Amino acid sequence: MSNIPEELKYTETHEWIRSNSDGTLTVGITDHAQQALGDLVFVEVNAAGETLSAGDACAVVESVKAASDVYCPVAAELLESNGALEDAPELINSDPYGDGWLFKIKPADGADTSSLLNAGAYADSIAE
Amino acid sequence: MLIFEQSKPGRKTSSQMPSDAQLPHIKESLTDIPAALLRDTQPLLPEVSELQAVRHYTRLSQRNFSIDTEFYPLGSCTMKYNPRACNTLAMLPGFLNRHPFAPAALNQGFLQTLFELQEMLKAVTGMQGVSLTPMAGAQGEFAGVAMMRAYHQANNQSHRDEILVPDAAHGTNPATAIMCGYKVREIPTGADGDVDIESLRAAVGPQTAGIMLTNPSTLGVFEQRIQEIADIVHQAGGLLYYDGANLNAILGKVRPGDMGFDVIHMNLHKTFSTPHGGGGPGSGAVGVGKRLLPYLPVPLVGESDEGYRWLTESDLPQSIGRLSGFMGNAGVLLRAYIYMRMLGKDGMRRVAEYATLNANYLLVQLQKRGFDAAYPQRRASHEFIITLKKQAQQLGVNAMAFAKRLLDKGFHAPTTYFPLLVPECLLIEPTETESLEELDRFVEAMAEILIEAEQDSALVNQAPHSLPVRKLDDVRAAKSLDLVWRDKVDS
Repeated sequence: MSNIPEELKYTETHEWIRSNSDGTLTVGITDHAQQALGDLVFVEVNAAGETLSAGDACAVVESVKAASDVYCPVAAELLESNGALEDAPELINSDPYGDGWLFKIKPADGADTSSLLNAGAYADSIAE
Repeated sequence: MLIFEQSKPGRKTSSQMPSDAQLPHIKESLTDIPAALLRDTQPLLPEVSELQAVRHYTRLSQRNFSIDTEFYPLGSCTMKYNPRACNTLAMLPGFLNRHPFAPAALNQGFLQTLFELQEMLKAVTGMQGVSLTPMAGAQGEFAGVAMMRAYHQANNQSHRDEILVPDAAHGTNPATAIMCGYKVREIPTGADGDVDIESLRAAVGPQTAGIMLTNPSTLGVFEQRIQEIADIVHQAGGLLYYDGANLNAILGKVRPGDMGFDVIHMNLHKTFSTPHGGGGPGSGAVGVGKRLLPYLPVPLVGESDEGYRWLTESDLPQSIGRLSGFMGNAGVLLRAYIYMRMLGKDGMRRVAEYATLNANYLLVQLQKRGFDAAYPQRRASHEFIITLKKQAQQLGVNAMAFAKRLLDKGFHAPTTYFPLLVPECLLIEPTETESLEELDRFVEAMAEILIEAEQDSALVNQAPHSLPVRKLDDVRAAKSLDLVWRDKVDS
C-alpha cells in the first residue's frame, strides 16, 4: 500500500504538489510512482526560468525499468530543481515526499489549480 | 577470470603476433603511413598462448544462454531459430567472393536472388514495391517515415506535421517520427488492448501525417478494428505505417497491404531468421503501396530483357536516396532469401500457425497453473503477456525475480517490464520451432517458481543461484558503468 499524505495535492500522472508559504509550489513524484518505476538511476529537470503550461513535460526520471516524463501540474515558471538528485536519484525511492522532491515552480497569475486531486481522489485514481 | 589476468609478460603466439625482432622490418615496409602515426611500443594486449586464448573464449561461449542451448522465450522479437542450411548456402563461394563493384553482367545470380527476395516480400506483405537497402530495423523505420514525408511534400501537404502513435507502441516509433521532423501524438489503448477508436477519431485532422502501428500490437493481440483505423486515418489524409516487429504472427495469413497499410518495414533478421545480435548485422527492408513507390530508397534490383540491373537515382528521381554504401547487408539478405525459399508459401503460413498455436497453448497452461493473463478475454497472437501484479503484492516476488529464477531452471528469461502499460509483466513468445515437450517443461518451471514464491520467497528473490554470475546490481550497473579493465599495478 503506498503512502499518500493528506496535506498534498496530486495529478493523475502521479505528481504531488506542496504549497509553500511564499506562494511557490514544490513538485515531486508520488510513492506509488516510485514503486512502479523501481530503482531510480537518473533524473534530469529542465533549466530554471522556463515558462511552462499545465501538462508540459519538464523533467525525466529514469529507473532500471523505464524512463518517464514528469509534467508541470499548473501553468508556471520553473524556479529551481533539486540538485541533490544528480548524484543521488535514489532519494526519490527512499523519501519521495521529502528529500526526493524534483523542482519548485512559481504558478502563473490566475493559474488553474482546480483539476488537481486531493489525497482521497488520487487514492481512488490508482486503486483497481 | 579475465583474459588480462592470465597474461604473463613475454608469452605470445608467434604465429598470430609479430615478435620484437620482426617489428623494425614491419615498420620499414609501412612506407605509406606517416612516421608520426606509427607506434613504438606494442599494444597492451593480454599476453597468452594460443591454447589459453582458445580455452578462454570457448569457456565464455559455454556460459552463454543462447537459442542453440536453451528455450528462448524472447522469441522473434529478439532472435528465433536460424536454420543451419541458410548459413551453409549463403556461404557458397560464388556469394562470398562477389565484389560489390563488379559489373551487373558478372553479378546476375546475386541480383536475381535479391530480385526474387523483393518479389517474395511483396507477395507476403501485399505491397507494390520493396527496397532491401535499410541496414537495420531502425533505419527501415526511418526510411518508411521519410517516404511518408516525401509524399506529403510532393502533394503540397507539408503542413502535416504530426504522427500518431499508440501508447502501446515500440519506443522506436515515436523516436523515428521525431528523427524525421514530426511531432508525436499519443493515442491511448482501450481496456481490451486495442487502439481507442474514439480517441483516434478525435486526434486526426489536417495536421495528421500518418499513424505508426504494430499489428498484432505489443500487447500480443490482433487489432480487431484495423479496417476502421485505416479508414479514419486515410479519410483525414494521413498514411498508415506498419511496424513489422510482429510479422511472425501473421506470415502467410493476413497481409498488411490488405489491412490498408501504405508502408511497412520488416526485420528480416527476426521474422526471416538470420543470426544477429549485439547490434547487427540486420536488415530493415521496406515495402510500400502504390502511392509511395516513387520514393523507395535506392538501389533496388530491376528486371529487363537484358537481365537484372541496379535501379538508381536516374530510375527513381524522387527516391529518398541512399541509406548504405551498397544495398544493405548482403549476408542477411541471402539468408532471408534461402529461409523463404526453403519454407515456400505453405511453410510461411505454418510459421504463423505454429507460432500462434504455441503461444496460445502456453497462455492457457500458465493460466491453469495460477498465472494471470493481462488480457484474459483475448486470444494471443504469437506472444502474450502475463501480469505478476498479484504475486508482487501478496508474496513480495516481482516479475524480475521470476525471470531470474527461470535462468536457474535452464530457460532464458522472457521480456520483462515491457510493454509499460501492464504492471509486473512478462511478455512471452515461444516461436514456431519449440516442441510440445519443451513448452511443457517451461510451464512446469513457471509452476515450480510460483510454489517456491509462496513457500520461500527469498529463494526466488535472490535468484539466480546456479549461474556463473549471481544477481546483478542493476542500479550500480546503470549509474557507474565501468567496462574498462585496468591493471591493478597501474591504478
